[in-house]
Amino acid sequence: MADIVTHPDEALNARQLRAAERRETFTLLALTLPAMVAIFLVIVIPVGWLFSLSFLDGSGKLSLANYQKMIEYKSYIRVFKTTFNVSFMTTFLCIVIGYPLAYFLSQIPRKYVGLFMLTVLLPFWTSLLVRTYAWLVMLQRNGLINNFAIDLGIWDAPVKLAHNLNGTLIGMVHIMLPFLVLPLYAAMQRIDRNALQAAANLGATPVQAFWQVFVPLSLPGVVAGSLIVFVLCLGFYVTPAVLGGGKVIMVSMQITAILEDQFNWGAASALGVVLLVSTFAVLLLASRFLKLDAVMFGRR
Amino acid sequence: MTSDRTASLSISVTELTKTYGAVYALNSVSIDVKAGEFLTLLGPSGSGKTTLLMAIAGFNRPDSGQICFGDTDVTVMPPHKREVGMVFQNYALFPHMSVFENVAFPLKLRKIPADEKRQKVMEALATVQLSDFAERRIDQLSGGQRQRVALARAFVFGPTILLMDEPLSALDKKLREEMQIELKQLHRQLGVTTVYVTHDQREALTMSDRIAVINDGEVAQVGTPRDIYNAPANSFVASFIGESSFIPLDRDAGGNLLYDGVKIAKLPAGQTADKWSLVIRPERLSLVPPKAKPSSKKLYFKGHITELVYQGETALVMMKIAAGQSLVARMNTRAGDAVDTLAEGQSLTVSIDKDDIITIPGEAA
Repeated sequence: MADIVTHPDEALNARQLRAAERRETFTLLALTLPAMVAIFLVIVIPVGWLFSLSFLDGSGKLSLANYQKMIEYKSYIRVFKTTFNVSFMTTFLCIVIGYPLAYFLSQIPRKYVGLFMLTVLLPFWTSLLVRTYAWLVMLQRNGLINNFAIDLGIWDAPVKLAHNLNGTLIGMVHIMLPFLVLPLYAAMQRIDRNALQAAANLGATPVQAFWQVFVPLSLPGVVAGSLIVFVLCLGFYVTPAVLGGGKVIMVSMQITAILEDQFNWGAASALGVVLLVSTFAVLLLASRFLKLDAVMFGRR
Repeated sequence: MTSDRTASLSISVTELTKTYGAVYALNSVSIDVKAGEFLTLLGPSGSGKTTLLMAIAGFNRPDSGQICFGDTDVTVMPPHKREVGMVFQNYALFPHMSVFENVAFPLKLRKIPADEKRQKVMEALATVQLSDFAERRIDQLSGGQRQRVALARAFVFGPTILLMDEPLSALDKKLREEMQIELKQLHRQLGVTTVYVTHDQREALTMSDRIAVINDGEVAQVGTPRDIYNAPANSFVASFIGESSFIPLDRDAGGNLLYDGVKIAKLPAGQTADKWSLVIRPERLSLVPPKAKPSSKKLYFKGHITELVYQGETALVMMKIAAGQSLVARMNTRAGDAVDTLAEGQSLTVSIDKDDIITIPGEAA
């Protein structure tokens, strides 16, 4: 028998094989480089800069003044409360409306799914601003809905649908719906049809099979969709600004107001930082209860 | 254990027809399964065997026909009222429940009290040798273990009928063969009427009391494994179950079937088919030593070897015989067996006992 080779580098082709593996790793890294650079330039640097701004007072000295103000003034706390309330209600309404829709999509024959999916996606592809103003046209005092309802005798006087919380919620739910329906539909699509048949076979009525098998198996989709919707809602600006009529002040609107009225970058940055941190807190909290990557990428 | 509360029921399927568009998945199929029997539906994929099983389970609605469990017509009964246990091909376990919860599911639906439920679930898990796995999640189980959970879940509630749709097809060969024996034992233990679907003829032969061979939405033959193997009704059954060589036969005026001028068999009464074939099972052929005396009880084939395939316990000898037909013989491979001396291209003579000869109407499939 030949000598036993002990040194790995001297084993047959070992060095070349390891070099090949290193090259592969470098190539992969190089592929991610443009995205990494873009993220660094557009996100990491500005956010870092705003973060540092938030700790400076008007004269440029290091201080916590911006954060102290947020605790002292009730209006700031109210804005955060509103933001979370609106986000929560929007998410809840999206689930109530989106779940049956996703269920319907998951049950019809595949060839019709595209058609019905269009009803979800077509608005999704339309400009946010266009959709928001379209809702304003529909919802305002002399808008389509009020006129129709009065003509048909459903109600007598115009109902306040826009320029308040109602309008904000209607608009936001409409805009956020696809973000819930798409992941939810994907999750429902993955549910094993045989599992439902098995439930029926074991004696479950269709209603029992739905609640005890289908719903639990679709929950990862509900959580994924809800998280996306909730996090997007936290930073939402256009729709509450247009349809809220100044009565629904979200954090993003407060930030704009501070910048436009007071030109106070420090205070605005502090708000932004708190919003960012609370968004992370939501995600962190969620990841405590579920495996986030499982939710986001459907792994198990 | 469970057999005392299992009053197994017979199944009778009468003229069941199911079409998908212009295709007949089932074409007026009639089958009777006796109470307590293990019947296998055997056929190639697309033959309609699964469609028939799903119709018995209530998952698809036939176009016409009748299905009865015992004396009860269940043709239009929804699946959840049929009290039939089923093992699905992919097991269809509930991934959000533990092993225990999966098996307890049918009992929970039947509102069985907690103590009794626990006892029954643990009994069922013991039967399938999974007592220690009750609290496991489904994704922590191997394929074979999942298969057992699916099985336990299907019989824990004492169904009168058990259906299985290719339950072993996802397992590797060794495990599959072990499970075949276990399933057979379990069937004996439970005494429940079982309908088993498979495309694996060896599995069907191993496990069944009777086999129904299904082809093109019709029943080709029903019989015990011995019947099916030794007396296939037609060329489809003969070629689908076991290996066979087909050799065309002549028919003389006196109603005899002849091969090479030698009388093989008398034409069975009432049979009118013009063409007849000889079916030869490879393992029933044996090599004839050059100086052996011919026997009138045997039929001889002379030819030359076209290919030799060594397969471990046996070897296949493929040969061309006189009229250019192919014939396959299976030989033992023990040391000293004649197969060691054979070579491709060599000429040889093989023989078969006339008792082992099968004749079928029609030509080779």
